[in-house]
Amino acid sequence: MNPVIQAPADANASEALVDRRPSKFRRPHVTVRGLTKRFDERTIYEKFDLDLPRGKFVSIFGPNGCGKSTLMNMIAGLIPIDAGEILFDGQTIDEIRFGYVFQNYRDALFPWITAWDNIAYPLKFMKVSKADRNARVDALVKKFDIRLNLRQYPYQMSGGQQQLVSILRALVVEPEILFLDEPFSALDYEMTLFMRDQMQRVFQETGTTTIIVSHDLDEAVYLADRILLLSRAPARVVDFPVVDVPRPRNTLTLADPEFNRIKGHCLEIFQQQVRQ
Amino acid sequence: MTGKLKDRLRPFIGVVGLIALWHLIVVLKIVDPVLLPSPAKTFAAVYKGLFEQGRLAFDFRKTVERACMAIGLATAVGIPVGVLLGVSEKVYRSVEFVIDFFRSTPASAVFPLFLLLFGVGEITKVYISAFGASLAIIFNVAYGVMNARKTRVLAAKIMGAPPWHRMLVVLLESLPQTFIGLRMGATLALVLMITSEMLLGAIDGLGLRIFEEQQLFNMPGMYAAIFCSGLLGYTLNLLFFLTERRFVHWAGR
Repeated sequence: MNPVIQAPADANASEALVDRRPSKFRRPHVTVRGLTKRFDERTIYEKFDLDLPRGKFVSIFGPNGCGKSTLMNMIAGLIPIDAGEILFDGQTIDEIRFGYVFQNYRDALFPWITAWDNIAYPLKFMKVSKADRNARVDALVKKFDIRLNLRQYPYQMSGGQQQLVSILRALVVEPEILFLDEPFSALDYEMTLFMRDQMQRVFQETGTTTIIVSHDLDEAVYLADRILLLSRAPARVVDFPVVDVPRPRNTLTLADPEFNRIKGHCLEIFQQQVRQ
Repeated sequence: MTGKLKDRLRPFIGVVGLIALWHLIVVLKIVDPVLLPSPAKTFAAVYKGLFEQGRLAFDFRKTVERACMAIGLATAVGIPVGVLLGVSEKVYRSVEFVIDFFRSTPASAVFPLFLLLFGVGEITKVYISAFGASLAIIFNVAYGVMNARKTRVLAAKIMGAPPWHRMLVVLLESLPQTFIGLRMGATLALVLMITSEMLLGAIDGLGLRIFEEQQLFNMPGMYAAIFCSGLLGYTLNLLFFLTERRFVHWAGR
């Protein structure tokens, strides 16, 4: 099997990844068609097509300013698009449940309520009773074996703990898709490593379609099933390789020849794009 | 003595030092004793004025009443106006100059105008104090609302919070800055109240008391009234500080 497949907007290539489980367990297959986005005179995306497979972890990687975060935020509906269509199994973003984890956890959590209440917060708007909200947070915390004092306020916690709370808050709604915007870039190295493994565990447990924007190639490859490599703006998909490395991945993975081959491949493409 | 006890007693060093210095100056007759009575005499005057005879207690109460009315009025006007202005940056920018101008104008400069508008009655002093305080409150609330972190509001929106709930996020975000405004406003209101009691034909109040005692050359009485003004200002500040720490526990963190 050739793990590196050309698959931008290629129906045949993504066909192999179609989820055949009952619809209850199905994760959205994101289709982006004819996406166009301009900032003033600058065209970031022009008639951009993309398919994101169900239940996969996709890392978006590319040169600075190519619009990685912009792409994810447009998919998440945070930034309006100028033209085109983004659908999740035919539904719009407003019709599905999704989770979003911001880069800056300090500005994303609410400091006036405890970590526990922060996690339960989105359930308030889903007409879930208080007892059920607590039960769901409790179940989530148990599932991931979180050993944190969630009665603390966010500002009483470390950066990593706060980001973990953010991730739990995004997960508590049982999202069909999870967006992560450079979630670990504000953390120290030790915490980053720990959080990567936590994130991998979350993904393995839930199988939620996950999209991450990362500046760190190691991280992008370590976490991903596939890596979306973008060109300089106006962005197009340069390559969309599969990371065929078994999970759970750990420190040994970093020495795995396949891992390093893909990393090398991505780096090569990245450098080509930077030089252009 | 343990370190902890030392730390706890540290704030009193300045107090004891000041009183000791004051006493020393009186004993050594460095300053004319008519101008500077001894600490003992002064505190006796405070005690007598507040708890025995004399008008100090009455004037103190009147000033507290009016200052509270002024702060209440300034808060009731300042917070809603500040929020309205802060919600739309365009609206705020269009009135920013006016607010900044009046905020920078010494409020005592409008004393004569307020006298013309509202007469010499008690309520005029409340209006003047409230006017000065409300500008400080409006300014701070508006900035608090404008600087509410966009990420938090966006996060609330993503999680499905309806518009009124997003507004609640903005208001909570602005609370620390609002409290700064309230503290500034309260201090300013007290300054204006004491000043207007001195200058605007008052019949009671701490400002009048200070002024009268000075006219009568009753120095212990004057110092006692000054001390009470200080006590009032300090208590107000402390009250706001404690309220803030209780309800805006996340401020500055």
